[in-house]
Amino acid sequence: MNRSMIILEFLLFPGLLFTAVAGLMTSWVDRKVTALVQMRVGPPFLQPFYDIRKLLIKETCVPEEGAIGLFLLAPLLGFAAVTVASMILWRTLLDLETTFVGDLIVLIYLLIIPALAVILGSFASRNPLASLGGSREVKLMIAYELPLVLAVLVPVIQADSLRLGDLFSGPAPAASLSGVLALLVAIACTQAKLTIVPFDMPEAETELTGGVFIEYSGPPLAMFKLTRAMMLFTMPVFLVGLYFGGLVTGPGWWPKLLGFVIWFLLVAITIVIRNTTPRVRTDQAVRFFWGPVSLVATLAVVLAWMGW
Amino acid sequence: MNRAINALTRSLNVFHLAGSACNNCDIEILDALTPRYDLERFGITLVGSIRHADVLLMSGVFNKKAAIRAKEVVEQAARPYLVIAIGGCPATGLMFRDSYNWDCPPGDYIHIDAFIPGCPPKPEAIISGVVTVIGALRSGALVPGCMQEPQAQAEPAADLLPEAASVGTFFD
Repeated sequence: MNRSMIILEFLLFPGLLFTAVAGLMTSWVDRKVTALVQMRVGPPFLQPFYDIRKLLIKETCVPEEGAIGLFLLAPLLGFAAVTVASMILWRTLLDLETTFVGDLIVLIYLLIIPALAVILGSFASRNPLASLGGSREVKLMIAYELPLVLAVLVPVIQADSLRLGDLFSGPAPAASLSGVLALLVAIACTQAKLTIVPFDMPEAETELTGGVFIEYSGPPLAMFKLTRAMMLFTMPVFLVGLYFGGLVTGPGWWPKLLGFVIWFLLVAITIVIRNTTPRVRTDQAVRFFWGPVSLVATLAVVLAWMGW
Repeated sequence: MNRAINALTRSLNVFHLAGSACNNCDIEILDALTPRYDLERFGITLVGSIRHADVLLMSGVFNKKAAIRAKEVVEQAARPYLVIAIGGCPATGLMFRDSYNWDCPPGDYIHIDAFIPGCPPKPEAIISGVVTVIGALRSGALVPGCMQEPQAQAEPAADLLPEAASVGTFFD
């Protein structure tokens, strides 16, 4: 494949444009379902697009004493990382031959970067509330990354490969006991990775008034919002590929339809959890992830090792 | 129609700036944002940070010390933004206008784009006011204060607030 083709793939499909549009649609689903849960009508379909468009015409305020370069670079960093992550994921889903050794590790690292970018941006702004949110995000990351990696290990052990192409084409790990346990752990970790309720203490609208994003305005804020929407779209896609493997990548239309249904169910679970639980404290979140969640994840790894 | 105005009016993020007051207007503002009235239908959402805001709702009495903070907060908003005063107090001071700590209405030192009168205005009145403002913006009848020529902005604020300016910061 020549170079211009790859650039085109990065910019249009399945990279930037596709992921951004799909992410904003997913965030509309999120807001609409939330509205329905609260028995109201909710925003129109194009509302997330209007929000981004409005932010693009707003002024960019930079804090006087902050590290301005890092402050403006951080949103770009997260945005670029999630775009590349989504592109690797979708290229492998659509064509299993494009996989390379260790792309799972690359993907896991790329999916960490948006959270890191939020932390960097919040500390660069020198706002005390943003710093508080940033330190909470650090603690949250330390909490959820361990069980998430353990949960990702289960399909790796079952497929005996670190290549996404092998993971996506083998028998579905979710059909085994260890796979089901790992999927449950991964759903909990996804909730924290997307920093949505009950793990939204880095933002904590009511106590930190926006927390990590408090100093951001205009296009950088739009970029952060877009990154979050794209993560909301990409993370469930990653889980579908990882835990349902060959079921959703087979030939014909039925596997793709099944994949979409499972993806929608995962998004719906995330939204329902978000609407039915209150925000937890940082210590509660750390205890939850290092206690029961890590235990279940370890159990799943041991079961996978024993061939269950 | 101005493209910036069109983009702005489709997605208004509201920041609530409450002066010291009887809190009735604050309660009515929160009522207007509840699921019953569902302002998210029009893209109106409440935000916690002034940097994210497109609309500043001012409610309550801005006394000499609150006036300094109100000016600081408005200066931190990202352009273009609108300032809407809710209730009678920001317009006239109502029964607080003879108080020892009241100097002048906030309209004298902040450009206020619209007033929604009432004591307090009902959520229906607030929504009606916001819809009127959006209509006026789209038809060009109203230009946000921050987008007007500089001379339209109330500059002699320091003269109007002689005592407030001398009060300095709270911790002095």
